[in-house]
Amino acid sequence: MSYLRQFAARIVGQSIRIFARAITAVRAEWKGIEPVPRQRVYFANHTSNADMPMIWSVLPPAMRRTVRPVAAADYWLKNKLRAFVGPEVFNCVLVDRRPEVKDKPMDKIIAALDEGSSLIIFPEGNRNMTDDPLLPFKAGLYNMGVARPEVDLVPTWVANLTEIMPKGEIIPLPLICTVTFGEPIHVKKGESKDDFLKRASDALLAQRPEVRS
Amino acid sequence: MSPMMTDILLLAFGSFGILIALTFVGEVLRAREDPATNNPVLDTYMTRVQSWWGMVAFIGVALLLGKPGVMILFGFASFAALREFLTLTTKAQADHLSLALAFFVVLPLQYVFVGMEWAALYNVFIPVYAFLFLPMVSALRGNPEKFLVRVAETQWALMIAVYCVSLVPALMSVEVDGYGDRSLLLIAFLVMVVQFGDLLEYFFGRRIGRTRVAPGLSPKTWEGVMMGVASAAIIGAMLNWITPFGLIGAALMAAISSFVGMLGNLVVAAIKRDRGVKDWSHLIPGQGGFVDQLDSVIFAAPIFYMLTVYFYG
Repeated sequence: MSYLRQFAARIVGQSIRIFARAITAVRAEWKGIEPVPRQRVYFANHTSNADMPMIWSVLPPAMRRTVRPVAAADYWLKNKLRAFVGPEVFNCVLVDRRPEVKDKPMDKIIAALDEGSSLIIFPEGNRNMTDDPLLPFKAGLYNMGVARPEVDLVPTWVANLTEIMPKGEIIPLPLICTVTFGEPIHVKKGESKDDFLKRASDALLAQRPEVRS
Repeated sequence: MSPMMTDILLLAFGSFGILIALTFVGEVLRAREDPATNNPVLDTYMTRVQSWWGMVAFIGVALLLGKPGVMILFGFASFAALREFLTLTTKAQADHLSLALAFFVVLPLQYVFVGMEWAALYNVFIPVYAFLFLPMVSALRGNPEKFLVRVAETQWALMIAVYCVSLVPALMSVEVDGYGDRSLLLIAFLVMVVQFGDLLEYFFGRRIGRTRVAPGLSPKTWEGVMMGVASAAIIGAMLNWITPFGLIGAALMAAISSFVGMLGNLVVAAIKRDRGVKDWSHLIPGQGGFVDQLDSVIFAAPIFYMLTVYFYG
């Protein structure tokens, strides 16, 4: 039975990837890193539910197998379909954001890093519905960088998704989506949380492709 | 085998022969080079030759499949070009529905009309009906900010990526006296003279180019353009056996198409400069996107179509 589920997860994963490629011609721009299997935390801007599948789709197969998106348990456990896609197709690290819950999200994230997985995280915490390019970052990225300083933190910009699928629209537009990977950053010795988060946010903004209009 | 099939196969073998020669030249140059140095011009040349192999294979197979093959190929090219174009244009959420209509209604309908050979409809559908109705759909959402820029850029995208591209397969519906049903070959003729004209324009421009056509926009030179157009005319004359134009007519049609295509390439370069991008996308290795690869064919197609209808139809 579990083999069957694994097989189904593979099929669903490939279908999502092919669908993303066909509609948005999604492609990776490896500006600051090489596409090599190496432990990394990809931290990305978050404007749409499609952000994570887009990043996941552009990673080469070997990297896709070791990457685990960090995602909200309340979203991915809402129904049976999501509970299959989130944990089994994308192999998400599900974290519970409610303060009253015992198991702390950071423990699960560190545990996943210690297993050797790479991670995809959205340091803004929530989807950005404002006109600002980024919301202020939450402390999680800093805590990861302090706890496991050897891991590369890679700024990852997902472009055009707001235009492909603005909030409230039903039909996605087949525009070209680009995922840009920048140069990795690390928490410097003695760097304060606010300084680091500001630097991380700037590093992410710097990956935004410029199109004048 | 029908005579047209024989012609298509002859053309395909001819193109393969030229491509084998081009690949061979590139490989010889590479072999003679010190492996430690890297030569970006040679690398670009080699990736381009590889993409041409793909292009010749795709167009060849499409022509052999006949009308359905050609329709699917150019329909897909239109989709890819429109996607590249609209990724760079000014738009607001108020345009979401009109843009969705452009992709999922206007584009397929244009190809249906071309497929049905309804010339009276496919010639005005985008320039008139899409032009009038899509801005109405955008206006209904009530956002006046940059309105004219938004609707004008969307219309431009449709004209270039859908209308102009669709006039290539529309050549199949042109009736020429004494030419029979060989009008598929006009597509091969147009694509070949324009693309080879471009290639030779690039080659001569690098060799003997002095006077820039549009400094600050493109490295094209008048010397290169003249030689490119002249080469296109010669290639056109040599290919006159697949056209109804006759020797002089074929040379003239080739020269005009090639020249219009080169100027079209300048227009596309100006748009790219304005938007601050180098290529429209990265779908074709070494060439950028579909618009980069097809820009000259896109601009030459309507002129070639109209001249064929006017003088030979």
